[in-house]
Amino acid sequence: MAAVRRKDPKPKLAVWKFASCDGCQLSLLDLEDELLTLAEEVEIAYFLEATRATVEGPYDLSLVEGSVTTPEDAERIQEVRRVSRKLVTIGACATAGGIQALRNFADVDEFVSTVYASPSYISTLATSTPISAAVPVDFELHGCPVDRYQLLEVVAATIAERRPAIPSYSVCVECKRRGNVCVTVAHGSPCLGPVTQAGCGALCPSCDRGCYGCFGPMESPNTESLTAWMRGLGAETPDLIRAYRSFNANAPAFRAASEREEAAT
Amino acid sequence: MNAGNGGTRRIDTSYLARVEGEGAMRVRLRGEEVEEVELRIFEPPRFFEALLRGRALGEAPDITARICGICPVAYQTSACQAMEDALGIEVEGQLRALRRLIYCGEWIESHCLHLYMLHAPDFLGYESGIAMARDHREVVERGLRAKKTGNRLIEIVGGRAVHPVNVRVGGFYRAPERGELEALRGDLEQCREEALATVRWTAGLEFPELERDYELVSLRSEVEGEYPIDNGRIVSSKGIDVAPAGFDATFEEEHVPHSTALHARVRERGAYLTGPMARFELNRERLSPLAAEAASEAGLGDGCRNPFRSIVVRAVEVLYAFDEALRLIDAYERPDAPAVGWEPRAAVGHGVSEAPRGLLYHRYEIDAAGEIVSAWIVPPTSQNQRSIEEDLREFVAAHTALPDDELRHRCEQTIRNYDPCISCSTHFLDLKVERV
Repeated sequence: MAAVRRKDPKPKLAVWKFASCDGCQLSLLDLEDELLTLAEEVEIAYFLEATRATVEGPYDLSLVEGSVTTPEDAERIQEVRRVSRKLVTIGACATAGGIQALRNFADVDEFVSTVYASPSYISTLATSTPISAAVPVDFELHGCPVDRYQLLEVVAATIAERRPAIPSYSVCVECKRRGNVCVTVAHGSPCLGPVTQAGCGALCPSCDRGCYGCFGPMESPNTESLTAWMRGLGAETPDLIRAYRSFNANAPAFRAASEREEAAT
Repeated sequence: MNAGNGGTRRIDTSYLARVEGEGAMRVRLRGEEVEEVELRIFEPPRFFEALLRGRALGEAPDITARICGICPVAYQTSACQAMEDALGIEVEGQLRALRRLIYCGEWIESHCLHLYMLHAPDFLGYESGIAMARDHREVVERGLRAKKTGNRLIEIVGGRAVHPVNVRVGGFYRAPERGELEALRGDLEQCREEALATVRWTAGLEFPELERDYELVSLRSEVEGEYPIDNGRIVSSKGIDVAPAGFDATFEEEHVPHSTALHARVRERGAYLTGPMARFELNRERLSPLAAEAASEAGLGDGCRNPFRSIVVRAVEVLYAFDEALRLIDAYERPDAPAVGWEPRAAVGHGVSEAPRGLLYHRYEIDAAGEIVSAWIVPPTSQNQRSIEEDLREFVAAHTALPDDELRHRCEQTIRNYDPCISCSTHFLDLKVERV
């Protein structure tokens, strides 16, 4: 926590939830060794998963988890932006629309009637969209879920008014650093590592499986080349579409890659 | 809140804090009479059962984990078991032991988050675990230490605490070395000692009075003497005893206007309770000797039908999970293969496991190419929702004299007894007490 300059009054932190699994905000509570120190450095002003006490805005930093999927949430995010000096989105839902953005490729009414007996009770938008589609965002932290130490870095950096040290290179770099054997080269396993942003620590290849892209596209990913590689390993069109179309399906680079495959059929 | 209005009182809170996911509650009182109790869940629907169609069966554990960031292992386990049932394969021996071990990590992590950070503050009059730490630093640090150890267990077996990456249909991608698990032994032993202290600490809390005659529903392991975690038959205090495939014939779901979570009930009977109290009551003779003794010492010898005392039961289950994790590690030998192989076939499969907050059922229909044709997921909170409403009704009826603020807080606490994972109802809480 050395990076956090003590300010008086303490900076106010708010955590907001939109459509999500709660796993990214849970990552704050999963900072078991740092949580109580963090709570001394910032005022946890609004964080319903952790406390019923709420302090009125404006807030110095808002962390936003989840995507916009309902008319009410489309309005609520505007209000969140109005009361936030800095707004950082955390996780695949908030930065790309999440797994629930698979509806963007389907008919939402058909989705509603598949799950609910009385579709008329359900109020939902046809798409699940990232927070940045609705309001200006100061920083986007990738991951499904975010890495808790990256989250701590973003909080510390934002409060200290410096740029967070979050790499934008691919998972391959982390994999090499860990000394992993390449799962694609050695075992022929399809792996999204070459086009996926680092941050997880190359978890999947370290468990002998290919990366499934949960940190979303890296900066300028070459998906065309990767697609050709995966075809060479035997992947067929439906496999390729599914590979790009998961937790970051609506992230522009992955979306383009899956639509390219779909158009080719 | 508005009072007066012809003897009408209404309490209205927009969000219910310290539950994972968000939702709302509405209570309407006419004088002393409780007219209506609704637990409203308007967590934006995410349509998992619809988006799973057309996905490869092997993707179900990773996709359904995203229903809940607090209990992803439960989703992964129920999904794996449903697929394995459809594929006709058995995951046994050390692979099953690993599955149980990672699940122990999730019980510890989830229960300790709830117990220390979300629930205990209600009993001691704090707004949060963080606020509680100012006066009870040692207690909160003990809880965080236990939670961290649970998370580390998930990380060692699963690669990551939230949405583990190492779980797959048939077992795992990579089986950990014995040494990796052994490295956690010291922490597990220390946390087991501290968990015993936690059981005693929770037993000393003051519990509001409420005794309920629930139909308790839990799994019962088919392995003699084993407390249910990862699998088993579905049993109840009123005679249900069915294999996972019997879920549909035994329970039904209803879509009510005030909630995006479906309400489950026992067919032709009604509300039931699933979760720690049900597991404990129906399986307490199967706890480890250490956990069983701690439970009796904590006054749970005659069982527990007061939902406020569920915090003690959770503490007992945390103790058990540490004990069980150590037992599994003692007996661990790295399996030759990290998973059982399988070939796709057209079939229907059922999987049930004990998520920290209760029974979690998955059913999938798959085609010959291994694609999911249909999916049905019944999370614990939608099963408990009726019981929560009934608890609220009884609690409010007995406490109508309380001022609105106090009543609101107590109602929140009543809901938090269930550790409701509202996002796991695939779905958001707000509290309204209306007095008409």
